[in-house]
Amino acid sequence: MKRCVYVIEENEAIARNTYRMVFSGDASAFKAPGQFLNLQVSGLYLRRPFSVCEWEEGRVTIVYKVVGAGTQKMTTFKRGREVDVLTGLGNGFDTALSGPRPLLIGGGAGVPPLLMLCKALIKEGKQPTVAMGFGTAGEAFFQEAFLSLGVKVNIATLDGSLGAKGVVLDACRMDACTFFYACGPVAMLKAVCAASCSDGQVSLEERMGCGFGACMGCTVITQEGPKRVCKEGPVFGKGELIW
Amino acid sequence: MNTAVSLCGVKLDNPVIAASGTFGFGEDFARLYDINCLGSFSMKGTTLLPREGNPTPRIAECPEGLLNAVGLQNPGIDKVISEELPKIAGFFHKPVMANVSGFSLEEYTEVCRLLDDQPQVGWIEVNISCPNVHGGGLAFGASAKAAGQVTRAVRRVSAKPLIIKLSPNVTDISEVARACEAEGADGLSLINTLLGMRLDIRARRPILGNTTGGLSGPAVFPVALRMVYQVYQAVRIPLVGIGGISSAEDVLEMMLAGATAVEVGSANLVNPFACRDIISALPEAMAEGGVKDLKDIIGGAH
Repeated sequence: MKRCVYVIEENEAIARNTYRMVFSGDASAFKAPGQFLNLQVSGLYLRRPFSVCEWEEGRVTIVYKVVGAGTQKMTTFKRGREVDVLTGLGNGFDTALSGPRPLLIGGGAGVPPLLMLCKALIKEGKQPTVAMGFGTAGEAFFQEAFLSLGVKVNIATLDGSLGAKGVVLDACRMDACTFFYACGPVAMLKAVCAASCSDGQVSLEERMGCGFGACMGCTVITQEGPKRVCKEGPVFGKGELIW
Repeated sequence: MNTAVSLCGVKLDNPVIAASGTFGFGEDFARLYDINCLGSFSMKGTTLLPREGNPTPRIAECPEGLLNAVGLQNPGIDKVISEELPKIAGFFHKPVMANVSGFSLEEYTEVCRLLDDQPQVGWIEVNISCPNVHGGGLAFGASAKAAGQVTRAVRRVSAKPLIIKLSPNVTDISEVARACEAEGADGLSLINTLLGMRLDIRARRPILGNTTGGLSGPAVFPVALRMVYQVYQAVRIPLVGIGGISSAEDVLEMMLAGATAVEVGSANLVNPFACRDIISALPEAMAEGGVKDLKDIIGGAH
């Protein structure tokens, strides 16, 4: 973990209630896709955790959905503003487990960390497939970003306005992959694990106090006892979770 | 300039102690900075058996603070003694404060008895004020009679300095404080969190899995300060001021109200370097306040 001051370079809406924020600053604490940062929003007490969408030297991107007072306030942040962030938090996805044909499954605001993961897997010579679920076409994002990487992208929307009508599982075949990586709402993660034929990793979210392991606010009970989503997670193996 | 104080006969290089429940067993913070700059830290509240704690969500944002309902998640006293204390010895070379909770007099007594043999433990802080568990914690701190009973029971088995951690969720905290003093407490720490709750408007349900939780952070500082001020007038044993302390100025203010030392809690969660930052800001704040020796200002507002 590193505490850094980031400067906002971009903050733009990319879908309904969904924004992409790009920072310049020290990205050296990030080691694996699926890690997160914890951002201080002035006027609010606790930091707000966001999975990192992409990083490179000196540049970090998050995509956030407006869900409450913190994210609402963030939409007003202008280019050039400095923000206090704790970086390099959590464990992230393990690309070594993927096998040759991993499936990446994202639901809504769970999609962003899969972009970096997808790039990392391609770099390792794997052939990932992506499945994404959204409420409606206006909430969808990143189709182009994934397609430009040359991967197959399947989309489902609850109202059928884009791709298959239904949930993300209606848009993908769980029996064709060697491993799966999933990030999204708990109900989606449970359904994905139940439908899966292969092993996989899921990224959990939870209300956090500190984001770095001190407060025990985000505990999940696993096969090996209580673990902290912010520290031992947010990525857990399918077999670790008690569902 | 002197920042050292003596808490129940044990020297602290400075009065800043990281508060129980916000600092784990120190390990995660020791990776960030050399925590030997602290006066001390109070370990995660420990019970006889391991506890998984409450269902999530356990945390809710509040104006200038937070609610928590962790519910005393901890590995149990055996693991604290066999694993955590040896680990602490590797990175913290001062007396550490043990924090004990329980669901019966027997449990408090047994955990304190086991800790009494641990040379690293400088003080035992007895938590009779956790608002997040049922049938334990606060049940013992809610009345002067029950608080006195716990104090008497643990006093019998422990020669270490005993600090009873008081709840603000009582009618008259001075009465509880006097009962603890009468039964042999060496010091008192106050305040634990204030019982509160938040609702999710859309779901029309409590945000916290436990329905209610404990409020902490700068929002509670004036309440804590007032209670320290009151209790200072009611007892003669030293007080540890706790509640929303986030700056060196807060430390001075709390000491003027009557605290010999302070615990810094919520601030650690927002800024992992909070304790270090407060300690390094102390000399300048002392100079501005015309303070040469910190111990001279304890209770100075009375």
